[in-house]
Amino acid sequence: MTGSRDRVPPVPHDTAPFTMPADTAARIAAYGTQAARPPSSDTPVLEARDISKYFGRVIALEHVSLSVRPGEVNCLLGDNGAGKSTLIKTLSGVHLPDSGSLYMDGQAVTLQSPRDALDRGIATVYQDLAVLPLMSISRNFFVGSEPTTGWGPFKSFDVGGAGRIATEQMLEIGIQVRDPSQLVGTLSGGERQTLAIARAEYFGARVLILDEPTSALGVKEAAIVLRHVLRARAKGLGVIFITHNVQHALPIGDRFTILSHGTLAGEFVRGEVGQDELLRLMGGGAELTQLAHELDALMQADPGTIEAAATSAEAVETTPDDAPSPAG
Amino acid sequence: MTTASASVDRKRLRNVSPLRLLLGRPEFGAVVGAVIVFLIFAVLSVLRGDVGKGFLSVQGAAGWLEVTAQVGILGAAVSLLMIAGEFDLSIGSMIGAAGLLLGLLIVQFGIPPTLAIILTFAFALAVGAFNGWLRIKTGLPSFIVTLGMLLILRGAGIGVTRTITSNTIVSGLATYTDNDPVAKLFTASVTIGGGEFKVVLLWWILAVAVATWVLTRTRFGNWIFAVGGSDQAARYVGVPVSRVKVILFMTTAGSAALFACIQVLSVGSADVLRGQNKEFEAIITAVVGGTLLTGGYGSALGSAFGAFILGTTQLGINFVGINSDWYQVVLGSILLLAVLANTYLLRRASGARS
Repeated sequence: MTGSRDRVPPVPHDTAPFTMPADTAARIAAYGTQAARPPSSDTPVLEARDISKYFGRVIALEHVSLSVRPGEVNCLLGDNGAGKSTLIKTLSGVHLPDSGSLYMDGQAVTLQSPRDALDRGIATVYQDLAVLPLMSISRNFFVGSEPTTGWGPFKSFDVGGAGRIATEQMLEIGIQVRDPSQLVGTLSGGERQTLAIARAEYFGARVLILDEPTSALGVKEAAIVLRHVLRARAKGLGVIFITHNVQHALPIGDRFTILSHGTLAGEFVRGEVGQDELLRLMGGGAELTQLAHELDALMQADPGTIEAAATSAEAVETTPDDAPSPAG
Repeated sequence: MTTASASVDRKRLRNVSPLRLLLGRPEFGAVVGAVIVFLIFAVLSVLRGDVGKGFLSVQGAAGWLEVTAQVGILGAAVSLLMIAGEFDLSIGSMIGAAGLLLGLLIVQFGIPPTLAIILTFAFALAVGAFNGWLRIKTGLPSFIVTLGMLLILRGAGIGVTRTITSNTIVSGLATYTDNDPVAKLFTASVTIGGGEFKVVLLWWILAVAVATWVLTRTRFGNWIFAVGGSDQAARYVGVPVSRVKVILFMTTAGSAALFACIQVLSVGSADVLRGQNKEFEAIITAVVGGTLLTGGYGSALGSAFGAFILGTTQLGINFVGINSDWYQVVLGSILLLAVLANTYLLRRASGARS
C-alpha cells in the first residue's frame, strides 16, 4: 500500500458478523429514498421477454422474462448454475438468445456485440473482469472509449484529459486519487467495483448490470458497493443486480427475480417477500433448514461428537449462500 | 513553511520522493541494469588499460551500438506483442526466410531492389497476419502456433533455396544493390571519429519512438494493455481484440523483415541460418526491459535498455578478453536477475494486490 489516497469514510460496524445488522440495512435502504429520485417510469428501460438459450443439448435458459425500469433495482437471484450468467450475457450482447426478444423503452432491439450494448447504454460490470489491475486508474476508466486529441495519423490518447476526468469522477464517488497513473491493483476490491460503476455512469449508461459485485467482498467493502448501487438508482439508472446473497439483495432491491435451473422461479416487488421465501425459491432454503437441524442436533450432543462431525460441517459451510462463485 | 504545510494538508497529499515515482516505472530495472552492465565493462576495460581502444573507443561503441540496434528493432515490436499477452517465436526464422526471399528475388529473378524489398515486407506481413489469424481462430497458445511457423519458415527457406540454387546461401547481391537509392536506406553509414555508425541505429531509435508513442499515447496502445490484461474484459468493454492481436503479429513479422533487409543488403548475401535464436534474444530484450511475460504490463522504451544490455554484454565480453563461451551464461544470469527485479518492482507498483 502506498497510502497515497484516502478511503471513503468507513461504514460503522467494523466487526460486523456476516449478517448485515438491521440498522445498517435500514440506513442503506433509506439512502435511496432520501435522495431525490426521478419518478419511476412505467416503461421498462430494458426488458427481456420469453428468452431461451441453449448450448447444444443443455438448456441454459427457458422462457425467462425480466425487466427493469429507470430508477429501479431489480435483483436477479439464483443459485450457482441457475442461469444468471447466461441471462446477463444475453442482456449485454455477449450471447444472442435462441428465442425471445429484448426491448429498450418498448422498442425491440438486437444486441450484436458487447460494444453494441454499450452504445445503447447497457453497461455490464463483471465480478472478475470489472477492471484490469495492471493498468492505471485513468487508463482503466477510459478503456474502450478513450478520448483523443490531434488529427489524422497523429491522433493521440488524451492522457492529461483522461487523468483529470478520472480523478474528478473518482473523487465524486469518494475515492481520492493523488495520481491517476497509479495502478488499479492498488485499489481494494470494493473500490475496483465502484470504479467500474462510476465509469458506466460517466459514459451515460441507462442500464447498469452488476454481476455478483459483492460476492467476493467483505462486509465493509460490500456496503461501499451497495451504496453506489443506490446512488446509481437515485440518478435514474435501471440497475440489474445479480447476486446469490439474499442479505445484499433485500435492503436495496425494488424488485426480485429468482432463477432456478434455467427457468423463472418467481418475481416479486419490494415488501412482498422475505428472506426465507427468497432462499427457498433460490433452491438453497431446504439445505439451510437441514443444516440448522443438523447444527441443533450437534449442540445437544457431547463435545466428542462435535469434533467427529467437524469435517462434514466444514463441507456444509460452503453452502451457496456465501460461497463466491466463479460462474453463476 | 506554515503555508506550505497548510496547502499540503488541504489537498491531503503525501510527499513522495521522485525515486519512489521512478520505481513505479516498468523500465526502471532495465535502466539501472544498463548502467551497471556498462560500468562493469567500462571498469574492466580501464583495468586492462583499454582507454580509447576496445570497449571504450568510438569504434567499439559503434560496434556494440550496432548489435544493440539490431536486436532492439525486434525487441520494440516484440515488447508490444508481449504486452498484449502473446509470443512470436517465428521471427528468428522469419529473418532467415525474408532474407532469402529478398536475395532470390534480386539475384535469381532480376527484380529491382526496391520492388524486391516491398515484396519481402509484404510476405512478412502476410505471414504475421496468418500467425495472428491462426492464433485467434484456433485458440491455440501463440507459443505453439508460432513455434510451428518457426519450423515451417526455416524448413521452407532451406527447401526452396536449395531447389532453386542448389545451395542454402544466396550471394552476390552487391552488384545489384550498390547504386540503389532505396537499398541505401538500409545500408548507409556515417563515420564519426573513426567509428562507423550504421543507419540501423536510426531505424532502432525510430522503432522505439514509434512503439513508445503508440503504446503510451494512442487508443491502440491502451487496447494493447487491455488485451494483455484480460482479453475477455477487453472484449466486454468494446476493444477489437482480434484486430489488435493480428496487427501486433504483423508488426513483429515486419520487424524481422526490416532486420533481414538491413543485414542482407549490408552484407550482400542471404543465409538461411541468419536470425537463429533472435526470437529468444527479442523476448529477453522485452522481459529485461520490464515487460511482463504474462502480458498486460510493460514498456517499449524499456526494451531499448534491454537491447543495450544485450548488445554491450555480447561485444563487451570480447573486448575485455573474456572467452565468449561465457556470453550465454552471463546473458542467462542477467535475464534471471532482471525478472526478479522487475517482479519485485511490479509488486510494489501494484500494491501487492493484483
